[in-house]
Amino acid sequence: MTSELWTENLKPGEHWSGVLRRGTSLRITALEPRANVAAIMYNYESLPERYNLADTLKAQHTAFLTAGCVCYSDMGRILCSITADSCGWHDTLCGLSDASLVAEKFGAGSFQQRRNEFYKNGRDSMLNELGKYGLGKRDLVANINFFSRVTADADGALHFDEQHCRAGDHVELRFEMHTLLVLSTSPHPLDPQPHYRPRPVALRAWVSGAASATDPCRLRCEENQRGFRNTEMMYLP
Amino acid sequence: MNARTPNAAPARDAVWISDQIVPAGEPWMGTVAAGQLLRIVDLEGNQAVDTLFYNARDTGERYSAVDTIRAQGNLYLTTGSALRSNIGATMLTIVEDNCGRHDTLGGACSAESNTVRYALEKRHMHSCRDNFLLALAQHDDRLDKRDLPSNINFFMNVPVTPEGGLEFADGISAAGRYVQLRAHMDVLVLISNCPQLNNPCNAYNPTPIQILIRAAG
Repeated sequence: MTSELWTENLKPGEHWSGVLRRGTSLRITALEPRANVAAIMYNYESLPERYNLADTLKAQHTAFLTAGCVCYSDMGRILCSITADSCGWHDTLCGLSDASLVAEKFGAGSFQQRRNEFYKNGRDSMLNELGKYGLGKRDLVANINFFSRVTADADGALHFDEQHCRAGDHVELRFEMHTLLVLSTSPHPLDPQPHYRPRPVALRAWVSGAASATDPCRLRCEENQRGFRNTEMMYLP
Repeated sequence: MNARTPNAAPARDAVWISDQIVPAGEPWMGTVAAGQLLRIVDLEGNQAVDTLFYNARDTGERYSAVDTIRAQGNLYLTTGSALRSNIGATMLTIVEDNCGRHDTLGGACSAESNTVRYALEKRHMHSCRDNFLLALAQHDDRLDKRDLPSNINFFMNVPVTPEGGLEFADGISAAGRYVQLRAHMDVLVLISNCPQLNNPCNAYNPTPIQILIRAAG
């Protein structure tokens, strides 16, 4: 791809953060089955503006994310659009694992025992990255869990789909705003697998340009057309 | 504005140490000490009560919708639900609920999200986030928009289908229904008695609520 900007691979359990500019796209690829990539996004130019679970779901009348959806901030604007998706469902309801959950499920896994393969958890991984930008636990908002599918029955009881993510599954995000993206590859908190086994993922960024007038994410619903309008107002000359 | 329906909670009974009416569309803040009971009464029925809780001793610890959902393995709140914080602690539990189901996915309305969801011309309408922001600003300079994560909507009905659909549905509450919570730590309570007029969360008619606090024991 001639417009490629960079590639990086994340090791199992690794946490990561970086800035993706408006008009940049990022492909996240699961290098093994059963990957999970927890993500939170912030407006890099005004960090109090961040991913808003409720506004994302309400505007698009959905309880999960897939291609055609956009991720809204709390300011009626769009952080990124999901422009491609091979697996059809990404969870955004179930949050992060934490230290007590990981210890309860997998036992002790300290650095002293395991060196850099020590057991990480989603919350502490996010706090690690957020601290680099002057952010902390006040800024831990509901996250996305890319590659994970959790459904709810009529009574609201949750079910984790263990077969959902295959090796090679990928999702593409086109950033509509200069965005601080924070990632953790810790396992999904409801994944019942008995052993601590996070999976590696690949990142690839390229220059894609902003959404066109006929972009499928823009045209998904009238709500998204207004969301793009609100976002584009911020980048007028 | 202060009319009570016959089956509403007992008014100014000796056991309640605080008994207040919050008019439609207004914010309320208060403190509930560890062990105390908080009762929120839907006086006239189908009134969404947007609610957040903070650890009164460290407001950086606050209610987390996703930690609550993950820990109970269920999307909806009702009797027995433990309300978890962003660092995993149980802040309060729901000990009584004669409504049956409460939402924690629908979030709070804001001027900005109203422009997306309804029309640009809706920006001027009053919203829960304006209530939240003003109440926080008047309460404490250390609290601001960063302290507004996904909230609880007591008495609001947002069903999720097995296929992943999500809609604001007609309410399942009724006049006099209430939810009662026991605090497990000293909590600061932030409420917006929702002013939304564009969807059925308030049956298109926002109405007052009653907030009661009962001593520990």
